[in-house]
Amino acid sequence: MNRARALDWLFAGSLAVAFLLQLLPLPAPLLALKPYWVGLVLVYWAIEAPERIGLGFAFLYGIASDVVAGELLGEQALRLVVLAFIVLRFRARLRFFPVWQQALAVLALLLNDRVVMLMVRGFAGEAMPPPTFWLAPLVGMLAWPFLYLLFDDVRARLRAGE
Amino acid sequence: MRSDTATLFAEGPVGTLRLIVYLGLAVALMVFDHRGGHLETLRRGASALVEPLYRLAALPADLARATRTAVTTQESLAGENRQLREQLLLAQARLNRLDTLVAQNARLKALLDAQKNLGLSVQFAHLVDVDLDPFRHRIVLDLGAGAGVVVGQPVIDAHGIMGQIVEVLPNSAIAMLITDPTHAIPVVVERTGLRTIAYGSGAIDRLELPNIPLSADVKPGDRLLTSGLGGRFPAGFPVGEVTGVHADATGMFAAATARPAAALDRSGEVLLLKDQPPPYGPPEPVDEMGPPADLAGAAPRSALPGAAADATP
Repeated sequence: MNRARALDWLFAGSLAVAFLLQLLPLPAPLLALKPYWVGLVLVYWAIEAPERIGLGFAFLYGIASDVVAGELLGEQALRLVVLAFIVLRFRARLRFFPVWQQALAVLALLLNDRVVMLMVRGFAGEAMPPPTFWLAPLVGMLAWPFLYLLFDDVRARLRAGE
Repeated sequence: MRSDTATLFAEGPVGTLRLIVYLGLAVALMVFDHRGGHLETLRRGASALVEPLYRLAALPADLARATRTAVTTQESLAGENRQLREQLLLAQARLNRLDTLVAQNARLKALLDAQKNLGLSVQFAHLVDVDLDPFRHRIVLDLGAGAGVVVGQPVIDAHGIMGQIVEVLPNSAIAMLITDPTHAIPVVVERTGLRTIAYGSGAIDRLELPNIPLSADVKPGDRLLTSGLGGRFPAGFPVGEVTGVHADATGMFAAATARPAAALDRSGEVLLLKDQPPPYGPPEPVDEMGPPADLAGAAPRSALPGAAADATP
C-alpha cells in the first residue's frame, strides 16, 4: 500500500519535474541542445509501467505540456501520442534491450518526433528551423542511460524499503 | 512470424484505431487553435494555472544570480559602481546638450502646429527567466493584465526595440521578440529614409530584410529605425544595424541582414511602452456608401451576387 503510493508520487513527480526541466533557462548557445524531457519521461514510463500510460494519457499530458509552453494546442499532444504509440507497440523488445541499445532506440524515437514536429510547424506555415534543431535528439540519447538508471535505482529502493 | 508478432504486440489497448482517433483529435484541436478565437478562453483559464510553474522554473536562475551578487567582491562592485557613474555622467552631459535641442524642437513644432508629441509613458518589467521553446523567440515578463498590460504593447530596452506583447496572463505576459521567425517590423533606413520590413530570422542576433530594390542605397553600418507605419511601433526607435547586403536568390532584389540593436539575449529588465501611437496609414474604410437601402431597390442586389450573399448571413 505504502509502496504503491510512493510509486504514484514518483510517477506524478517525474512528470511535473519534466515540465520544469523543459522550462529551465540555459545560456543561449546551449538552448538548442535541450533534450525533450517531457518525451523522455513519457518513454520511460511507457516502457516500465504501460498500465499507467495509454494513448489517452499521452494525449492529455501533451495538452498540458502545450499549455505550459503556451504553444499551439495539440502540437505536443500529437507528438506524444505518436511517441507513446511506437513505444507501446515495441515495448516487449525495448524492455529487454541493454541500455546502450535502448539509447539508440530513443535516438530514433526522438528523431522521428522531430520530423513530426517539423511537419506540424510546416503546416502551420512556419519557416524551416536552423540545423541545430536536429541536435536535441542526440543529447536526449546521451541523457537516456542516466535517466533510466536513476529511475530504476529509485524504484528498486522503493521496493527494498517495503 | 505472423503468430509471433501477434503474441509480441497484441498487448494493451494500443490499436491503430485508437491512434488514428487521437491523432485526429490533436489535428482538430490544432486547426481550431490556429484558426483563432475558439479556444482563447480555455487557454486563458489554463494559463493562469501555469503562471506559478513559470515562477518555479525561473527559481534556479534567480537563485544563481542572487548567489553571484552575494559573493561578488567589494572591489568588483566598486569598479562597477565607478563605471556606472562615468556612464551616468556621460549620459547627463548628452542630456544637457539635448535639452537645448528639445527646446528648439518644441519651438519649431509649435510653429508647425504638430499634433504628435514624443512623450514616453513606460512600465518597467522584469524578465521571468524561463525558456518556452528554443526555436521560437518568446520571453515571459512579470507584469500582466493586473498591471494594465495589453496585447500589442511594444517592448523596448535601453538600446532599442525588443518585440511586442502577444499574450497577457493575469500576472505575467508573453512577448515575441523581433527575431522570432514569424515576426516582422516596418523599418526605415536612417541615412537614406528608405522604408522596408525587417523579418525575424530565428537566430537571436540576426534580422532579415529580404526585399530591398536593387537600386536602393543600403550599406553595412546603416542604422535601422522603426518607421511607425502599421501603427504598432512608434516611429524613431532603433531596431538594428545593417551587417551585410547581397543579392537574393532570384536576383530581382537585394537582401540585407541586420543585427538587432536591443540586447535581446541579455536584457533582464525591459520597458513596456504604454501610449500606443495613433494609427497611421489610410483612414478606416467607410461602411455605408450610396443611397439608403430602402431607396436602392432590388435590381442592384441581384446584379451583385457576392454583395447579396454578404447582406444575408
